[in-house]
Amino acid sequence: MFPRCRVLASRRSSLPLRSQIITERPRPRVPVYNASTRWTSGGVPQKLGSDRVHFPGAVNSKFTTTLSFDQPESRPAMPTYRILDQDGEVVDKERGPPSVPDEEVLKWYTNMLTVSIMDLIMFEAQRQGRLSFYMVSAGEEGIAVGSAAALHPDDVIFAQYREAGVFAQRGFTLDDFMAQLFANRHDPGLGRNMPVHYGSAALHIHTISSPLATQIPHAAGAAYALKQQDLHRPSADAAGGAGESAARRVVACYFGEGAASEGDFHAALNIAATRGCPVVFVCRNNGFAISTPTLEQYRGDGIASRGLGYGIETVRVDGNDVFAVHEATLAARAKALENGGRPILLEAMSYRVSHHSTSDDSFAYRARVEVEDWKRRDNPITRLRKWLEARGLWDEERETDARARIRKDVLAAFARAEKEKRPPVRNLWEGVYAEVTEEAEAQIAEMKRLLEKYEAEYDLSEYEGGIAGLDRKKE
Amino acid sequence: MLGVRLLSKRALRPYSTHPPNARLNLPIDYAATPLLAHAPKTCLSNPELPHHVRDGKTSRLNLFQAVNAALRHALGSDERVLVFGEDVAFGGVFRCSMGLANDFGTERVFNTPLSEQGIVGFAIGAALEGMKPVAEIQFADYVYPAFDQLVNEAAKVRYRAGSTDMHAGGLVVRMPMGGVGHGALYHSQSPESLFTHVPGLRVVIPRSPIQAKGLLLSAIASPDPVIFMEPKILYRAAVEQVPNEAYTLPLSKAEILKEGKDVTIISYGTPLYNCFSAIEAAEKDFGVSVELIDLRTVYPWDRPAILESVKKTGRAIVVHESMINAGVGAEVAATIQEGAFLRLEAPVQRVAGWSTHMGLAYEKFNIPDVVRIYDTIRKVIEY
Repeated sequence: MFPRCRVLASRRSSLPLRSQIITERPRPRVPVYNASTRWTSGGVPQKLGSDRVHFPGAVNSKFTTTLSFDQPESRPAMPTYRILDQDGEVVDKERGPPSVPDEEVLKWYTNMLTVSIMDLIMFEAQRQGRLSFYMVSAGEEGIAVGSAAALHPDDVIFAQYREAGVFAQRGFTLDDFMAQLFANRHDPGLGRNMPVHYGSAALHIHTISSPLATQIPHAAGAAYALKQQDLHRPSADAAGGAGESAARRVVACYFGEGAASEGDFHAALNIAATRGCPVVFVCRNNGFAISTPTLEQYRGDGIASRGLGYGIETVRVDGNDVFAVHEATLAARAKALENGGRPILLEAMSYRVSHHSTSDDSFAYRARVEVEDWKRRDNPITRLRKWLEARGLWDEERETDARARIRKDVLAAFARAEKEKRPPVRNLWEGVYAEVTEEAEAQIAEMKRLLEKYEAEYDLSEYEGGIAGLDRKKE
Repeated sequence: MLGVRLLSKRALRPYSTHPPNARLNLPIDYAATPLLAHAPKTCLSNPELPHHVRDGKTSRLNLFQAVNAALRHALGSDERVLVFGEDVAFGGVFRCSMGLANDFGTERVFNTPLSEQGIVGFAIGAALEGMKPVAEIQFADYVYPAFDQLVNEAAKVRYRAGSTDMHAGGLVVRMPMGGVGHGALYHSQSPESLFTHVPGLRVVIPRSPIQAKGLLLSAIASPDPVIFMEPKILYRAAVEQVPNEAYTLPLSKAEILKEGKDVTIISYGTPLYNCFSAIEAAEKDFGVSVELIDLRTVYPWDRPAILESVKKTGRAIVVHESMINAGVGAEVAATIQEGAFLRLEAPVQRVAGWSTHMGLAYEKFNIPDVVRIYDTIRKVIEY
């Protein structure tokens, strides 16, 4: 990124004594570590008369005397893996139906339905001013649920913000969702974050933050940590699959196609590849980053084509096909643990049926009819419903019952959460550091003085403990 | 003959000499300054060291060797510690990681691709999963691509994770900082005040090898993310007796280097040496007594220690190399004004870098040299 001027070696300074001048030793010709086999030929000089390159930067490139630029458009777009078609039927009749137990598929369906119904209710609640903000994941429930179902419960997850289905699939309850959305005293985030910024230590999902793509290098570093830790755990086994607690772990990292334009995406995929980090990068390509269509986001073949440039095995899947997402993630997880660990990129194609957020009216930049088309034509929930119905696992009556029950449960959790108090006010200062600093204690005392002196100016009734909520927690 | 002599005289720009009649702006004699422990006894008499360390042996180390010793101890005593950054594996461009990859393996001491946002983001992720990553940014001047990761992520992750208690404690980001005589715009910067404006980060700057080792081990042990800035001009210049044993020195605690009763000088890192020279001259010339305090941690900083000193002396000067405007000195001066107003006998003074960049040929005019500190002592005494 920057020229590393070796000025310190070549110039004499006026202030420092001679003894402190930093002299550079020449860099070793052969890299001192060989984390990657690519470096094994790094010390070999260009051979006389060879037909291919032996420069350290590209070790197996053939020479050519034809000047020809590689054309991005001359390569076919990477194919999109699917199992079910839009009617919920298995496309490849020879492969047979997906081998997932019926009750698990029904659980996926229920989780997708739950997220979708919660989305409708909470979006409306925001419109009524009962919630400050909300983001739905309509059209992308299949990506979240299908991929999360393929992970081991001990796998670590980093999400962007449109992955409520991941939380649902992992075991987040409606009360967990509501506590965060209403920033009440049960919110693990202690009322500090905007709505939909969920997190859970028990479910190994790191707390969502608003800055886009920052979680992608975190995922690489976390995966490296898991790899190191599992190396020292002799019981760790590559088998994976749900239920085995001693299995080796991977990290799953979610982000949208817009976030992939950030520098952190580049940094993360590159370092994950060079350090062999067992991480599955899941890109949700839903066609829009707020108002920006993908044509203004990139000109290559989506996000998937970039994986290869980083030396990362990559697959593109139909994000509306929960089976395809599940199977691809399962395979990606297994691959991520092969050969000591490596990253895998999965691009799941879908369409953002909803507005970007409650602060966005997407009809300002796209036609209503286009959205309606997508809703009608293809949707991960209806596609799975068709498959379930064809197998006799679902019908209109069960659908009506499920919808009514989920709706009732969401509203009940909503009502419970809305009534709860907010966490104590001291949480404004707590948690900045492991211990509250002397400076912060002085500010808490000053805030307390103001609250007492100008009692009528502040409403403390909705905060647990009222003004006593500023006091230090008793040990 | 004459021509050759003239030419060679011209070719040899007198970078390392000082004006013939200079009395104040002389090169720092690191071999004699009492700010460094030149004898084992001086080193081991430090009351901040635990007893078993004070009973132990010492070695003569410069600052980069002390950093290396701290990293070596951390890697050897805790398998969660990782050391990485650009060019770290062969020993680092400043020798701080010499021998570590060999002794602890390339899985724990390794090179990263050339991407500061990647290095810090990767480090945060490793810390989030319980490791203790010590990431290196090759020069503090190149930390800005990682600014988002440090400010929005490292600093805020514990706060936003709330009761889940997921945090990036154990994360240390080391970076060489400060003027080096010829580093110009991008090998001289001191960006500490940009980080002192970020709640959630601890910002530490050692002045000597003893401090470098003790404070770096504290930073690695800290449950909070730490920005650890190493004055690169001191890597080889500052040599002292350093305890062989591992030890920690307290974070967020200032150290009184010299007691005095008329003026308090507050500084950190390299300028402390110039402060000491200025104090020696001023005490002789004006018959004053100056107290010198090393902040060590510039955020969260030791406010009570500074206020106590200024309440005693009634005069305060803050000295740092980075730009005066909105620098650490501004915060220290404002705090003194608030907390010791009735005891002040002169306005709080700041001696700092001018509000400009570090142009190559002008560094000696831009750093807080002995003259500027000396003159400011006179100013506050005569006010």
